[in-house]
Amino acid sequence: MGIIDLLVLTIYIVAGGALIMVFTLLNTAYLTYYERKVMAHMQQRLGPMHTGYHGLLQPLADGLKLFFKEDIIPSQADKAVFILAPLMGLIPAFISFAVVPFGPKFTVMGHEVPLYLADLNISLLYVLALSSMGAYGIIMAGWSSNSKYALMGGLRSSSQVISYEIAMGLSLISVLMMSGSLSLVEITKAQAGAGLLGILPNWNVFCQPVAFIIYLIASIAETNRAPFDLPEAENELVAGFHVEYSGMRFAYFFMAEYANMLMVSCLAVVLFLGGWNPIIPRSVFEMVPGLGGYIGFIGDPAVWWFIIKLYAYFFLFLWFRATLPRLRYDQLMKLGWKIMLPVALANILVTGIVMTFLN
Amino acid sequence: MVPISHILILAGMIFALGVVCVFAHRNILMILIGVEIMLNAAGLAFVAGSMRWGMPEGQIFVLFLMAMAASEVSVGLALVVYLHKRKRSVNIDDFNEMKD
Amino acid sequence: MLLQTGFIYFATVIVVCALMVITRKNPVHSVLFMLPLFFHVAGIFIMLNAEFVAAVQVLVYAGAIMVLFLFVVMLLNIQKERVRPRVGLKWTFTAPLGLTLFGFLVAILVRSQYNGTQGSFTIEAVKQIGNSQAIGQVLYTDFLFPFEVASVILLVAMVGAIVLAKKRLD
Repeated sequence: MGIIDLLVLTIYIVAGGALIMVFTLLNTAYLTYYERKVMAHMQQRLGPMHTGYHGLLQPLADGLKLFFKEDIIPSQADKAVFILAPLMGLIPAFISFAVVPFGPKFTVMGHEVPLYLADLNISLLYVLALSSMGAYGIIMAGWSSNSKYALMGGLRSSSQVISYEIAMGLSLISVLMMSGSLSLVEITKAQAGAGLLGILPNWNVFCQPVAFIIYLIASIAETNRAPFDLPEAENELVAGFHVEYSGMRFAYFFMAEYANMLMVSCLAVVLFLGGWNPIIPRSVFEMVPGLGGYIGFIGDPAVWWFIIKLYAYFFLFLWFRATLPRLRYDQLMKLGWKIMLPVALANILVTGIVMTFLN
Repeated sequence: MVPISHILILAGMIFALGVVCVFAHRNILMILIGVEIMLNAAGLAFVAGSMRWGMPEGQIFVLFLMAMAASEVSVGLALVVYLHKRKRSVNIDDFNEMKD
Repeated sequence: MLLQTGFIYFATVIVVCALMVITRKNPVHSVLFMLPLFFHVAGIFIMLNAEFVAAVQVLVYAGAIMVLFLFVVMLLNIQKERVRPRVGLKWTFTAPLGLTLFGFLVAILVRSQYNGTQGSFTIEAVKQIGNSQAIGQVLYTDFLFPFEVASVILLVAMVGAIVLAKKRLD
């Protein structure tokens, strides 16, 4: 490999990484806005209205506010761990986006540019490994704050994340059996075209509905969202593991939480909802005159399909949050170990049997 | 390519450090961590060998090693919790009786 | 050149982390220093074209085993180790022990010949089908029986851990 190739590769990686960072940061910011607006309308309120048109600049204002707040480190805290904890939450959440395929390869000026940073043959394991790192930030924050509320929150959260990771991993195995690859790009490609009955698209959600439901529940529990938000239950634990954090360090936890949600939603879109594959097939658009097959539609349409699916999946999170009451701790553990785990195992068995007989 | 001898020397160094960790500490948790370090050194040596000789066995063995490490740790930590419940201590010097 | 530099970096970090793990007084800090150690061992695995093992290394060691350790250390709230008279001797006794062991290992490694037949699992062959596919093919054919035994061991460990951790039935 010559020095020029190395330079081009470096520029490609740095530029791609920066683009993905910007995409992730923008989306995490606007997920909070989306959440507040959707929740507000479900509760017949208006939500943020004052900053910008219909409160569109609210995330920016929130960020600025947190940025200028005082940064407090408790005197009895373990300082090094206390400072490291928010970064341990944030960094894995952001770097896992490197393997998410937002769109297929497209050609610009004769060069093939993929809309993903890396296509590893272990992409899915990479994402799972990094998502399991998220627990460290929470445990470290809980322990280092030297406060019993924070410690309780940290302990609850780590046991919750460990329990639900198993069900989540097992629900993904049946998807892997269908596609036969750990690469997210390959999994997306395997879902192209028409599937069951010739009407529904060939997405895994239709072939693996049980796995999808398990993944949905596990992903909500994994990101500590309502109704599984025990680690940060406001009315029991004040705010859980991040009580002692303020200012920018608190904002890091906040961003990490939303980045994690974005990540599990991306994974759900790729694994179950067909990734960049269109919801309405291209042939339907080509029948409409004047659309030109919608190819010139602001960049590559595949990315827009991906984002539409992403926000649709995220809507489920908000829907659950607005409608369901919080589970008790023993109910949470019972659901994870006694219901989701056996069902996921049974689903793998059934998938295996069906695949053996169909082939 | 990095020569295999360098990787094996690194593995040997990590293994020796793991042994030191086991012998230097009186805390059961630290002893278990020392065992983990040694297992990692062994895994490193296995993967290096697997690549040097073009055999899949090395990498497969690391997978078994991880399964073993996971079961060892789960039983070990359950024992630690159990012992801590009985004696309020995790120091191995406190567990010098055959009974109770 | 790039690989050598990378190897030196990984090796340095691993050894420094291992030293920190051994010398920290607070078990929580020791456990936290294990994290970069595992990541850098995974980095060396990737350098050796063993991506699958590297991913599993991070997933199992860093994602599960160390969380368990941290959980227990926090749950029991273990403070700094109590210093006892015989512990005062620990570095004067164990450091030479470790050095001697390392010396023996190096002596053996220097005398080794590293010959023997090449297998068919070469880097080029693996790149053709992908590392995880190659491992899967071997794991579920030649190593099927050990694989099942490993799963039984995990089951036994699970039952054992539950029995130990369970409260006594009255």
